[in-house]
Amino acid sequence: MTERGFQLFPDQASSFAPRVDALYTFLVIVSAFFTLLIFLAIVFLAVRYRRSAVRDRKRRVGAKFWVLEAVWIVIPLALTMIMFLWGAALHFDQRIMPRDAIELNVVGKQWMWKIQHPQGRSEINELHVPLGRPILLRMISEDVIHSFYLPAFRVKMDVLPDRYHALWFEATQPGVYHLFCAEYCGTEHADMRGFVYVMQPSEYATWLAGGEQQPPVTAGEALFTRFRCDTCHYQGGQPRCPSLANLFGQPVRLSDGQIVSAEEQYIRESILNPAAKVVAGYQPIMPIYEGQLSEEQVFHLIEYIKSLSVMPPETGQPAPVEEPAQGFPADEENRDG
Amino acid sequence: MSAPVAASAGHVAHHFDDAEQQYASAELGMWLFLATEVLFFGGVFCAYAVYRYWYPEAFAEGSHHLDLPLGTVNTAILLLSSLTMALAVRAAQTSEQRAIVRNLGFTVLLGLGFLGIKSYEYYHKFEERLVPGPNFVTRHPELAQQPGGESRYPPPAEVKEEPRYKLSSTAELFFSLYFVMTGLHALHMVIGIGILGVLIVAAVRGAFSAAYFTPVEMTGLYWHFVDIVWVFLFPLLYLIH
Amino acid sequence: MDEEAYPRRNYLNADYRFRSWLWTTDHKRIAILYMISVTLFFFIGGAAAVIFRLELMTPRGDLTIAETYNRLFTLHGVIMVFFFLIPSIPAVLGNFVLPMMLGARDLAFPKLNLASWYIFMIGGLMAVGAIVAGGADTGWTFYSPYSSLYSNSNVILMALGIFVAGFSSILTGLNFIVTTHTMRAPGLTWFRLPLFVWSLYATSLIMVLGTPVLAITLLLLAAERGLGIGIFDPALGGDPILFQHLFWFYSHPAVYIMILPSMGVISEIVACFSRNRIFGYTFVAFASLAIAVIGFLVWGHHMFVAGGSIYAGMVFSFLSMLVAVPSAIKVFNWTATLYKGSVSLETPMLYALGFIGLFTLGGLTGLFLATIAVDVHVHDTYFVVAHFHYIMVGGAVMGYLGGIHYWWPKITGRMYPEWWGRLSAGIIFIGFNLTFFPQFVLGYLGMPRRVHEYVDEFQVLNVMSSAGASILGVGYLIPLAYLIWSLRYGRLASANPWGATGLEWRTPSPPTTYNFDKTPVVREEAYQYDQDELLSV
Repeated sequence: MTERGFQLFPDQASSFAPRVDALYTFLVIVSAFFTLLIFLAIVFLAVRYRRSAVRDRKRRVGAKFWVLEAVWIVIPLALTMIMFLWGAALHFDQRIMPRDAIELNVVGKQWMWKIQHPQGRSEINELHVPLGRPILLRMISEDVIHSFYLPAFRVKMDVLPDRYHALWFEATQPGVYHLFCAEYCGTEHADMRGFVYVMQPSEYATWLAGGEQQPPVTAGEALFTRFRCDTCHYQGGQPRCPSLANLFGQPVRLSDGQIVSAEEQYIRESILNPAAKVVAGYQPIMPIYEGQLSEEQVFHLIEYIKSLSVMPPETGQPAPVEEPAQGFPADEENRDG
Repeated sequence: MSAPVAASAGHVAHHFDDAEQQYASAELGMWLFLATEVLFFGGVFCAYAVYRYWYPEAFAEGSHHLDLPLGTVNTAILLLSSLTMALAVRAAQTSEQRAIVRNLGFTVLLGLGFLGIKSYEYYHKFEERLVPGPNFVTRHPELAQQPGGESRYPPPAEVKEEPRYKLSSTAELFFSLYFVMTGLHALHMVIGIGILGVLIVAAVRGAFSAAYFTPVEMTGLYWHFVDIVWVFLFPLLYLIH
Repeated sequence: MDEEAYPRRNYLNADYRFRSWLWTTDHKRIAILYMISVTLFFFIGGAAAVIFRLELMTPRGDLTIAETYNRLFTLHGVIMVFFFLIPSIPAVLGNFVLPMMLGARDLAFPKLNLASWYIFMIGGLMAVGAIVAGGADTGWTFYSPYSSLYSNSNVILMALGIFVAGFSSILTGLNFIVTTHTMRAPGLTWFRLPLFVWSLYATSLIMVLGTPVLAITLLLLAAERGLGIGIFDPALGGDPILFQHLFWFYSHPAVYIMILPSMGVISEIVACFSRNRIFGYTFVAFASLAIAVIGFLVWGHHMFVAGGSIYAGMVFSFLSMLVAVPSAIKVFNWTATLYKGSVSLETPMLYALGFIGLFTLGGLTGLFLATIAVDVHVHDTYFVVAHFHYIMVGGAVMGYLGGIHYWWPKITGRMYPEWWGRLSAGIIFIGFNLTFFPQFVLGYLGMPRRVHEYVDEFQVLNVMSSAGASILGVGYLIPLAYLIWSLRYGRLASANPWGATGLEWRTPSPPTTYNFDKTPVVREEAYQYDQDELLSV
């Protein structure tokens, strides 16, 4: 199934693939046209005006000169503006995350991809996804910069340490496709690769049931108890620390007056380095968990904290927040919030 | 460093048509060199701007650990040295041989004074374990009870007293920038003092006069530039609230 | 041609002692020192490419292990970018002809010029030392935190070698700018300058304003790795993306440091071998400056998938598109220069025409990378590798070789063998396309760069590429051989064997130490090959 012969064009297996390929085809046509134009012009002129040929060699360009210069300024400019707008519009769709996606947690480390599904099943260097459903990957690296790349889906996103990046796609063709790390990440970078399996939803459900691991929410709850988070952060809260109920996605006022949105990045930072952003009215007394939790465990805790928020049933997402105006951008740079 | 090519004998090098062309070249060359210096420091200033925007509190904390009186004294010293440098250039333009040497000498002494105070500050930071790296104070939670330590575990609820020194782990970024910025500045000072030393030797031999003072003037430009860098560094590092 | 034309006293035989070369302040001799140095570096970098192209013949890592492969491509990138491409045309050809084109006896700061060469060599020896001591495995991009915290290789020495060599670049650029401003011959106004001078001026601006940013960035990286002063360390709250911003702020304009001088050489050659004034001289001249200026504003297109803001990405995409306009202006104007010319296809012209074609393709594929949605797919794949080799090898190296052949009679006083020249130009053109064109296809198929092993279906195209590389390698060895041969056996060259305009052709071949016996006076525009009746501008 994974054997492929010689190809000149990659498989089209996601909703993005035909759209990117259409733009690519446009670019190829423009490039081929101008390359041929220049090539033929050079050959023609070099032959016609070769030194041995007897030709009229007085150039009388005059006013036509300005027309020519204007033409070869305006036409390239116009074409590149088409490329820019087309590419930017398509990219916008790539980067605005859908609200009804299946959210998977991805941890990159030298040199493997660890992926966990919301129902608990984990896999390494493999990714099983159902056909026809938007899939959102929330990704972080444990060490250096990696880049999650699915060529058949035309999607790629760098995976950084200490920062969540998100990537989404919707698979449209069942099959097995390559998964690569695109950013050079050290000795075995070439081997940091695997396969993505696009399955019918029913097969996917069967596959999910095959795992035995705890769902992230349950694992997060266990961690919450194990690390004694519950001594302070129990339901309802108490004066020493803010409540976690209905926190996710809501605006939070900090001690320095800033307002941030309680997204994954903020929660992660507040677990690992609580003093960085302190909620208004509270003392920075929470211990630092930096170095004590793996990235998977942080994911689990975040899933648990998310589960403490009441989600409107139909979207699976928290009620909309006032602050973010343009939906839910993939880069969760709450640092500058 | 690009002390402009000096021709001691006859003052005009073989490839120039006249002294005017030579002077114009030296001047343009020096300004271009200073432009590269601006971009060189620009890289760190850019890093500073980004991190200060992200971590205003860590920067304020870090800044409180700097020695403001010593920084102020150093600022005054450098400004004074710019004055003596300007006087040296003036003396060269008016061919006052002894004044050239004297003012260059003052400039060197003030520069050395600055570096002396800076070294003392560095030494103090070293003692306080505020030099970035594995010994940095926030990397050692066992120092929690000592000044400068950061508590890993929550203090008992009844402890109300603010710790005398409060530092978060991102403060290490501030000190990284502090040492890089002031270190690069100090390196420029050392190079400047070296060039001034060469100039003094030449000035004692009577190399400079109203007819030829390009090296003194160009070194002056360099020295003023280094001072201006400090004028930016001082408020950015010492005066954060 | 005849023995008479060969000047008895010239810069080459003015003094035969070894010392007279190592302490020379003559821009022409310094150019020769650079030529020897960059040629050595070119073959060091090329040897690495030979090994890894062999490795890539098969999908498995059978010739080299991963550690070796990673060191090889790092070596190739660092040496080729910082120690061959960046100094090649400016420091060799620019050094040699710029003062002559201006009618000057030397650069404004001859001692500084020599110092630049020594600084370059110190940096080069540090880089070679890092390689000999086991190499670095970060890629020439040194991305943090891999380079600062994870790599087990000689990153510090390699980075400091580049840091040191950067100052050579800064000082050369400074020297060129000052020389162009202050040392022009009487009557040589800005719009009478040869286009090579314009392009060197634009290049020098980038060298002077961009290189210091790279210098500080690599210094910070070395400080982080060596002293634990963590500016980019994510564990301290530092930002590895900031490293990428600072790195590309220089390293994208650095691409224009490589290609702009080449464009200048092409302007000289195309004008000379079609006996025409460059069509749209002012447009071509200002296009160089436009590329230099816009080049500083497009670095973010290297980071479309690094997770920055969408809107920043769009701004960088838009600005990157704009680079296409001055590039297109140049290509069209060169082509139009052939119109009603008197075209002869000597070796330099073959390189120049080859350059125009390859640069066109390289530039157009750059638009794929500026188009965000397509870049998301091809970023960090072989598509990028193919694109920048079309610019750097198809562009910069072709321009360098064209320029070397064009000015060889002036530099050495001897002609190279024309037949061999044309043959190797053809071999290089064919070998180049066979090497790099398949890589566009590989990239769109999704083959990541910097891998020693790959999936089986990519093998056919990789074998094609490696086959092309062997042809390309032969193509580069032929000129090395016949150019050295010509030093002794080549026909003696006259002062102006091509019948070219330009002040450098008014000196003997090879020139005397001070270039001109008396300062020339310029009374006409550049490239007065014909008497255009109505050609305005």
